[in-house]
Amino acid sequence: MKRIWLKLATLAVLFLSAPSWASETSPRNCTWCHGTGAQGYAAAPRLAGQRAAYIAAQLRDYAAHIRDNPFSKQYMWGAAANLRPDTVRDLAAYFESLPPKAAQDGRRLLAEKGQAIYVQGIPEANVVACLACHGPGGQGVREIPRLGGMSYFYLKRRLEEWGQGYHSAPGSPMPMVASTLGPSEIEALASYLSYVR
Amino acid sequence: MTILGYHVMLRTVLLAAVLGVALTSPGHADELQAKLAYCKTCHGLSGQGYYGYYTMPRLAGQQPKYIENQLRAFIEHRRKNEIMANVAHALSPSMLSALARHFRDLNPPPLGGGSRGDTATGKRIFEEGLPESNVPACSACHGQDAKGQDQIPRLAGQLPDYFYNKLVNWTAERGQNTSMPDSSAVMGPTSHNLTKSQIGAVAAYVSGLR
Repeated sequence: MKRIWLKLATLAVLFLSAPSWASETSPRNCTWCHGTGAQGYAAAPRLAGQRAAYIAAQLRDYAAHIRDNPFSKQYMWGAAANLRPDTVRDLAAYFESLPPKAAQDGRRLLAEKGQAIYVQGIPEANVVACLACHGPGGQGVREIPRLGGMSYFYLKRRLEEWGQGYHSAPGSPMPMVASTLGPSEIEALASYLSYVR
Repeated sequence: MTILGYHVMLRTVLLAAVLGVALTSPGHADELQAKLAYCKTCHGLSGQGYYGYYTMPRLAGQQPKYIENQLRAFIEHRRKNEIMANVAHALSPSMLSALARHFRDLNPPPLGGGSRGDTATGKRIFEEGLPESNVPACSACHGQDAKGQDQIPRLAGQLPDYFYNKLVNWTAERGQNTSMPDSSAVMGPTSHNLTKSQIGAVAAYVSGLR
């Protein structure tokens, strides 16, 4: 009995001393997986410098079970389940404000080919130029994500998943884009983008 | 009918037959569908336009002759746009014409969005022009319903940001090949005689037209 009271007292102290929004979700909940500087870690993508509108839209899509690739289901459905709208907005703005670092983990030899696809597409094979939507520096805009400097493994997996029938942002042209990309184009794009600063 | 007349007719009939076979063969149909999917990846599944990093214009309901002329303008460097130059260079002349024709029959509602201007001012400029600034009524050429004709483009339902950017940058993007002057010169003086806020107003007005 004594122990329970002690625990409750400790919890109460912790709860009261933390800032009010931290009692719900703080960036620290995110950085456990996304890395302390939010530069990404293993399966979790970099959030630093990502477009706030994109982060917010993804969090809403996790909560609504729209983005349904395996890692999203496994980790993000739960993580985003009980976020208040203002928390979503604050988290998104916080991560956008952090300076992104380029992962530079792609295959250097493929970067040149990847850049050509990114900038020009492959018109003969009906592959569109990525820069039309993601911008000349891979910076993204609004709900269109920043791609420059994200990790090779994340970019490769996401491009593959678009072609595997997983769902994400409704109305996105990405399933159509992915249907025109073969494994070597995906590797080249992911390699190039990992070096973009 | 003269011998020459027969000759011309025979050639026309033969050409039509050859084209007919080429256009209806399954290989060509698949190729066209794949190319259309490629166009619609950026311009929207119904050709309604799309807001990417750059604003991709609405093609739905656009005049085929206008689309064809623009695709050729990208190829001939009359119109400056690196993305579209790459796209257009890979199109055969028959594909180019077939694509241009396809979008005429699409009729999605206007996409809207983008920056907002004063639609009432826009309507007035569109219908009456600005005599004091030497701006003719847009409707005189683009039609009361803004649907264009032949090489004159449809403006109805166009994305306002696209409309605005094109008109503001008109003389820097169009008519860029001095050895091939084209009809884009018609819009040059008007694009300069309109202020940016007047362009925004017309953009807002036409973008809402169906």
